[in-house]
Amino acid sequence: MLSQILYALPFLAKGFALTLWVSLLVVVLSLIAGVTLGVGLVYGPTPLRWAVRIFSDTIRGIPILVLMFFVYYGLPAIGLHLPSFWAAVLALTLFKTAQVIEYLRGAVGSIPKGQSEAAMAIGLTFRQRLTYVIFPQAFRRFLPPWINGVTDAVKGSALVSLLGITDLMQAINQVIGRTYEAMPLYILGALIYFAVNYALSLASRRLERRFAFIRE
Amino acid sequence: MSDASNASPALLDVRDVSKAFGTVEVLRSVSLQVKRGEVVTVIGPSGSGKTTLLRCVNFLESYDSGSIRIDGKEVGYREAGTRQRRSERDLASMRAETGMVFQSFNLFPHLTAAGNIMLGLTKVRGKSQAEARQAAEHWLGRVGLAHKADSLPAELSGGQQQRVGIARAVAMEPKILLLDEITSALDPELVGEVLAVVRSLAEDGMTMLMVTHEMAFARDASSRIVFMADGGVSAVGPPKEILAAETSNERLRTFLARFRASHF
Repeated sequence: MLSQILYALPFLAKGFALTLWVSLLVVVLSLIAGVTLGVGLVYGPTPLRWAVRIFSDTIRGIPILVLMFFVYYGLPAIGLHLPSFWAAVLALTLFKTAQVIEYLRGAVGSIPKGQSEAAMAIGLTFRQRLTYVIFPQAFRRFLPPWINGVTDAVKGSALVSLLGITDLMQAINQVIGRTYEAMPLYILGALIYFAVNYALSLASRRLERRFAFIRE
Repeated sequence: MSDASNASPALLDVRDVSKAFGTVEVLRSVSLQVKRGEVVTVIGPSGSGKTTLLRCVNFLESYDSGSIRIDGKEVGYREAGTRQRRSERDLASMRAETGMVFQSFNLFPHLTAAGNIMLGLTKVRGKSQAEARQAAEHWLGRVGLAHKADSLPAELSGGQQQRVGIARAVAMEPKILLLDEITSALDPELVGEVLAVVRSLAEDGMTMLMVTHEMAFARDASSRIVFMADGGVSAVGPPKEILAAETSNERLRTFLARFRASHF
């Protein structure tokens, strides 16, 4: 049994690399999109605020699996054919973006209005106010839920296996299909996911402590 | 614009400014002039529009009609009479010409006392880090806090925080300083140290428009007092005249009587 698992390790490692790659893409893309749209939600003109609000509420109200199938199987109906990998990344990114929007709204919303006004009063432009006054203070509020979200993204990436993409989850399933050693392989998979996420939450705690001086 | 060329033109010229929040008129055709070097205090019952007026002067609030000019330049809008807002960049550089000190201090909690002062100097005035630091230390010395340059706001008392707030505003070398009930959030024993700083700035010729409840200070330090009621200017004049108990202005008399009853 052990030898069979050892034999499968390089294959599992490849799956694991893909899991990390999908997670990284989703986390980075959703961070950029989510922060941008979140700023639009908090500071934008009314039509933009409404658009972002509707986007966020709609996406968060759909099960992520439905979203993924919709992007992969549904979008071709309007002529958009995405390879399974990019369909999965797009769906996961959309979902995560909606969450990042809410984290940003919450973090920025927790900064008293007087901070913006004081920054305006000394003549800072909108961009400068965000960069030097609002974001440095909001960062600490943003960080804990966002890191939680990152671990969710790593776990959620297992769903891409349902589009036939050979990530860690799919690799495990395939090895089980050949070896019939379900229990040890699932435990191995669980341990790998756990190791990644535990490392992330340790890093998060460390970061939070580093920025603890800011407020409270 | 004829009055801008007079011998002593108004530095701040507020003309017929009106503003409503929904159906509530907070400013009714307010006019007010402040000359260079003058200290003008605004008093009046709460809800009379004092703070809103002050916030209109640096366009933290927009106004519905009328005009506000600083040094002859229209504040929030491209032209008097039009409702075309200035661009974000334009507004920012206009605001840099007016300093504002807030009731709740509003120091940036993630920056030190010196850092609070340096932010505007480096990002808006384009000074180098070293120049800004020097200016910050100068102004902190001026408000008696040279030794607190590297303290975070959370490590300072309320009075100290407000003095940093004043230093942050004046370090930008504004044309006019707006002070919005700057001692209202302070413990009584800390009020004096803040007012002493304001007084010394006044002696140096800083032009100020100040909303306050400190009647004694208004009496001693201002060139003129403006009494506001129900969103309008109800009386303007030298302190002696305005604070006289036998004033003929009914509203002012009631306000002063109520004020005396609650404060003495």
